[in-house]
Amino acid sequence: MTDKQAKANAYWRENVRYLLILLSIWFLVSYGAGILFKDFLDTIKIGGFKLGFWFAQQGSIYVFVILIFVYVRLMNKLDKKYGYNE
Amino acid sequence: MSVQLWTYIIVGLTFALYIGIAIWSRAGSTKEFYVAGGNVSPLANGMATAADWMSAASFISMAGIIAFAGYDGSVYLMGWTGGYVLLALLLAPYLRKFGKFTVPDFIGERYYSKTARIVAVICALIVSFTYVAGQMRGVGVVFSRFLQVDITTGVLIGMVIVLFYAVLGGMKGITYTQVAQYCVLIFAFMVPAIFISIQMTGNPIPQLGMGSTINDGSGMYLLEKLDGLSTELGFAEYMDGSKSIVDVFAITLALMVGTAGLPHVIVRFFTVKRVRDARKSAGWALLLIAILYTTAPAVSVFAKTNLINTVSGQAYAAMPTWFKNWEETGLLVFDDKNQDGKIQYVASKKDNELTIDNDIMVLANPEIADLPAWVIALVAAGGLAAALSTAAGLLLVISSSVSHDLIKSIFKPNISEMGELWAARISATVAVVIAGYFGINPPGFVAAVVALAFGLAAASFFPAIVLGIFYKKMSKEGAIAGMIVGISLMLFYMLKFKFGLFDGGKEAVAGLSKDWWFGISPEGFGSIAMIVNFMVAILVNLFTPDPPEQVQEIVEDIRIPSGAGNAAVH
Repeated sequence: MTDKQAKANAYWRENVRYLLILLSIWFLVSYGAGILFKDFLDTIKIGGFKLGFWFAQQGSIYVFVILIFVYVRLMNKLDKKYGYNE
Repeated sequence: MSVQLWTYIIVGLTFALYIGIAIWSRAGSTKEFYVAGGNVSPLANGMATAADWMSAASFISMAGIIAFAGYDGSVYLMGWTGGYVLLALLLAPYLRKFGKFTVPDFIGERYYSKTARIVAVICALIVSFTYVAGQMRGVGVVFSRFLQVDITTGVLIGMVIVLFYAVLGGMKGITYTQVAQYCVLIFAFMVPAIFISIQMTGNPIPQLGMGSTINDGSGMYLLEKLDGLSTELGFAEYMDGSKSIVDVFAITLALMVGTAGLPHVIVRFFTVKRVRDARKSAGWALLLIAILYTTAPAVSVFAKTNLINTVSGQAYAAMPTWFKNWEETGLLVFDDKNQDGKIQYVASKKDNELTIDNDIMVLANPEIADLPAWVIALVAAGGLAAALSTAAGLLLVISSSVSHDLIKSIFKPNISEMGELWAARISATVAVVIAGYFGINPPGFVAAVVALAFGLAAASFFPAIVLGIFYKKMSKEGAIAGMIVGISLMLFYMLKFKFGLFDGGKEAVAGLSKDWWFGISPEGFGSIAMIVNFMVAILVNLFTPDPPEQVQEIVEDIRIPSGAGNAAVH
């Protein structure tokens, strides 16, 4: 395996690791908090919101936005580390 | 000034703006026509993507649907935003690096096969045509409600406008008009929402107002009040739903994956310069979409509470003028069954006297809350911006599928640059005419199919693209088999359980819900069809030869972000 290829493989592995972490959070806030554990979370109240309902109609969307910008940051750093930035 | 005059002025001004932009941004080459020249800034692309994405359904219907569905409406909120996470992480950067013009381009080259490309073109056309017909209808409806022209005239005016900037400017014209349309539609959505939030809760931020106490000194939370009102009238509690958990899960997943697989959204990411710009513009797009999508559920709560308070148990004769106005449009229907002169709005079908169309929650909201005439006119302009921007994006996918993926790539590979550009313009014109025809004469199934377009996209494109990027050894046989089985299964389920094709037609549909597979509705079945697509593709892949060396090299190359600038040159 050439150096160039080894570098590309290492970059790809780190990228996939980021994806797995971020997508786990993506799954937890929407399918987890908003759907599967909704009834449990609904026993907690914040202001007028039941918490599970809040995640389904508000919270999950805020987290989605944050996730993409975190991903942008992580990947820009990763690109720089491997010299793929331009 | 009257509402009518304000509407003419505001709608007229926005239309003049769109036409001005179209003239300024004419396309001179196929690259400009298909991908706006490939150097749109991430923020501008984010705004264009947001406008492209948010259709008449998001703007006009969604808040109303949620108002009546309560928690169950969350499937649209999560489904139509969560897909952007998938898009940003799994698709957009790699497709940008690949750097061609269309989704079938990617499928065709990655799976080294004309068959794969043709299957992808057919899927793209099915998805886009069903979707665009609904948009033209939306344009007609807004025109007829706010400007008192009939729906046909409304659709024709919409056709001429879209034709003008889509045919002249291609992706370049569409992109910059969409930027303007985003500004119009978000302003038009937020102004009434903020006004009403202040009126009802004293909090100017609707997202917070929704969870605050009511402004009437009772100290009661708005949502608790609405939960109470709902149960009093026999409905489910607002913050609880009536759909099963498995169905909510499946619908959310189908909408998310479908969003990520919609060709008119994916192509937007071909228009930015670098891979890092594609990632960033996905972030901008979702942020700008989230502004509307987190406000909509607040609007639902305000409007529903307002509506119940105004009408429930009140005398018909004492109804305000907006009530009479919307009765005339047929969106509100009052039938005094027990002849007591009062309005009974209750869950029981037998005793309920008031039928309310979903759309009224956004369209009539400014009148219900007694807002000034210019706000009402603004809502009309916003609805038109939402419908026109989505229609234009879809028309571009249709025209590029025909001119680029069929004519240039398959039938006439040696066509000249100018020839292809004209082919693109002519197919865009034909597509507008067909879409307009369906807008004027909507087949009964359009509305139902628009929702299912997501299932179709989830069942066909998403697995093929994800496997193409993340599974280097995926063969053409596997991908093609997966796409065909996935979309066929989805079509079958849709025809069986949505249209009752095999069981005696539309009337039988309601009775079939007990036979749903795994208890999943047709709207949510795209998630099952997607999983089947993945399984078939991987299984077939085990028994077929690996892709050729040079295709595996393409996959290695799209995983590396640098050097995307040159790749777009054909």
